[in-house]
Amino acid sequence: MVEEALIAMTAQLARLGNPSSLHTHGRATRKTLEDAREVIAKEVGCLPSEVIFTASGTEANNTALKGLYWQGRDKGKHVVVISSIEHHAILDPAHWLEVHEGAEVIQIPVTHDGVVDLEFLTHLVATRGNEIAVISVMHANNETGVIQPIGKVVDIAGEIPVHTDAAQSFKKVPLSFAELGVYAMSLSAHKTGGPLGIGALILRRAVEIPALLHGGGQEREIRSGTLNAPAIVAFAAAAKSKYYDSAKVSALRDSFITGITSALPEVIVNGLKADRLPGIVNITFPGTQSDTLLLLMDAQNISCSTGSACSAGVHEASHVLLAMGHDEVSAQSSLRFSFGATSTSADVDFAVSVLPDVINRGRAANLS
Amino acid sequence: MKLIAAMSGGVDSAVAAARAVEAGHDVIGVHLALSSNPQKYRSGARGCCTIEDSHDARRAADVIGIPFYIWDMAEEFHDGVVEDFLAEYAAGRTPNPCLRCNEKIKFAAVLDRARAMGFDGVVTGHYARTQISDSRKTLHRAVDHSKDQSYVLSVLTVEQIEGAIFPLGDTTKVDIRKEAEARGLAVAQKPDSHDICFVPSGDNAGWLRDRLGSEVGPIVDQDGVKIGEHKGAYTYTIGQRKGLGLTVPTADGSPRFVLKIEPVSNTVVVGAREDLAVSTMRGERAVWCGPAVTAQLQRGFVQVRAHGAALPCSYFFDGTLLTALLDEPLLGLATGQAMVIYDGDRVVGSATICETE
Repeated sequence: MVEEALIAMTAQLARLGNPSSLHTHGRATRKTLEDAREVIAKEVGCLPSEVIFTASGTEANNTALKGLYWQGRDKGKHVVVISSIEHHAILDPAHWLEVHEGAEVIQIPVTHDGVVDLEFLTHLVATRGNEIAVISVMHANNETGVIQPIGKVVDIAGEIPVHTDAAQSFKKVPLSFAELGVYAMSLSAHKTGGPLGIGALILRRAVEIPALLHGGGQEREIRSGTLNAPAIVAFAAAAKSKYYDSAKVSALRDSFITGITSALPEVIVNGLKADRLPGIVNITFPGTQSDTLLLLMDAQNISCSTGSACSAGVHEASHVLLAMGHDEVSAQSSLRFSFGATSTSADVDFAVSVLPDVINRGRAANLS
Repeated sequence: MKLIAAMSGGVDSAVAAARAVEAGHDVIGVHLALSSNPQKYRSGARGCCTIEDSHDARRAADVIGIPFYIWDMAEEFHDGVVEDFLAEYAAGRTPNPCLRCNEKIKFAAVLDRARAMGFDGVVTGHYARTQISDSRKTLHRAVDHSKDQSYVLSVLTVEQIEGAIFPLGDTTKVDIRKEAEARGLAVAQKPDSHDICFVPSGDNAGWLRDRLGSEVGPIVDQDGVKIGEHKGAYTYTIGQRKGLGLTVPTADGSPRFVLKIEPVSNTVVVGAREDLAVSTMRGERAVWCGPAVTAQLQRGFVQVRAHGAALPCSYFFDGTLLTALLDEPLLGLATGQAMVIYDGDRVVGSATICETE
């Protein structure tokens, strides 16, 4: 967590008062909380009333996707359109809607560089637009960092509600809810230097969708539950912090890519030709298995990650890389490296210096 | 040394990993995911590799304070252990899948991968000991004979034994549980696993029937006269007396026992108790855990079941088959079982029984 957030959170934890209470303590908390809402609204380019606090980015995604689907279904629209590279927090609720709620889910394919296929979407909207309840395309992909053309998606969608999961993008690249023109956008505080366990759904003012959680109706009747004031205050502090220097992080990432590709020319940098977030790079190391590489890198105190793991913890081929045209084998030989606000060029040099040996051992282990 | 600790989620492998750390080794915990479709929870003492087991292993690694990873060995396990188990039964033999798992997974796939990654060996919670004699590591029975697992490790070559660390061989199971408790490992009282891990129901015959079908065939006496019918020959075991469903009694009223299973003709042969007696066994695919056995007759012991008795015998190896001549005949011995030769507590080697007489 960034320091401003830590200080704000610690101070708020010591204060009494449920923001929904009418007494003095409650009102004080309410004031602090609404100040925080205004800060976040300003940072993401929306109205304060458009900010709905949730307990996670996952909850924001579920609320948006299910709510917009149910709203559309009431008007006879049963199609849910998502990109094929969504996070599981969209993929899984979409699948749930398909199994339990009568939705037809259509996935938009992506190019080799991991960008949604706009021609596919154009054709889909032209032929079946009146059946589509919601379109959800992430703002930037969490595994490759590839930024999606949300503005163009919105243009193509016309009247169809568009949701975007912007958990990865907020604070990393310019982001304005109003300018994007989407109906709904999900955020997660811990991706922006804030605390774990707090997120937000930014939902257009006039859009009312059915709730997932029912109770006190605290957040526009769309989200119930006592508001987590300390986490919200910290979220706002992180949102307004200038801790993240995109240009610096991009430069580190690029020097890492240069270092790796000159040491190991056979590697593939996924999504290299597309616009990407500053801090993420995804690389395929042919002839290796990424879980082996992860272990060896971890032993060098370098944390990187593989696509995802199933419930048993077994590493699985990334659906994102598969969608980009990798086969199972090459998808399973890919690693994601992340660079943050505190990364240094010494970190990059060290990672570049250990990788060739790690890759050699990884290849030997793969052949054994 | 840099070691990989294979952690099943049970108490033994957790304590083994903790002991390896305490001995000063650089240890990384690895849980082997052996089922491609794991169950969520373990039911009783049966099955393993459930999601719950992998959580238990992770929790133990966290408490011990070592890194922890999950290695997916489901494909290797299926091809090397489960398929072999089915093929052996289909061929009328009685395999031991734990031996196969040690031979092909834990001390082959895992050890090879560990070595390629720069590790020196694999730590497991097996109850067995190794000793150094003449600068070579040899394999021995555990101090706790009731828990001794040297039988299922007898397929390890000298090379594999070099890379195997068994920290529990000098302790009884009771003390291991106490030690786990003292170390704050939540798995201290977790039940032991029994039976075959990939048959979670424990119903081996039913599991085999589902996969190999249940073709009805004849039960014949030693003269080849049909005296009954069976529902799938491989669900019978050599020496089995009960559940044969025979209605034709013997002349003297004595019981009949399964003597032989002939998979090609799908026939089960039954006969008298004395016909079960075996005094000589021969085994193929011999593996030596130390110096190779020669054609010269030696004295020692042979064990044919995981927790069976060590039977006094003389043995030799003719270059193809390992032969054991028993001092006292043994009743009911199936081909496919492993014959493991011991010199006192030391494991000499093993072979897969292919002939008995």
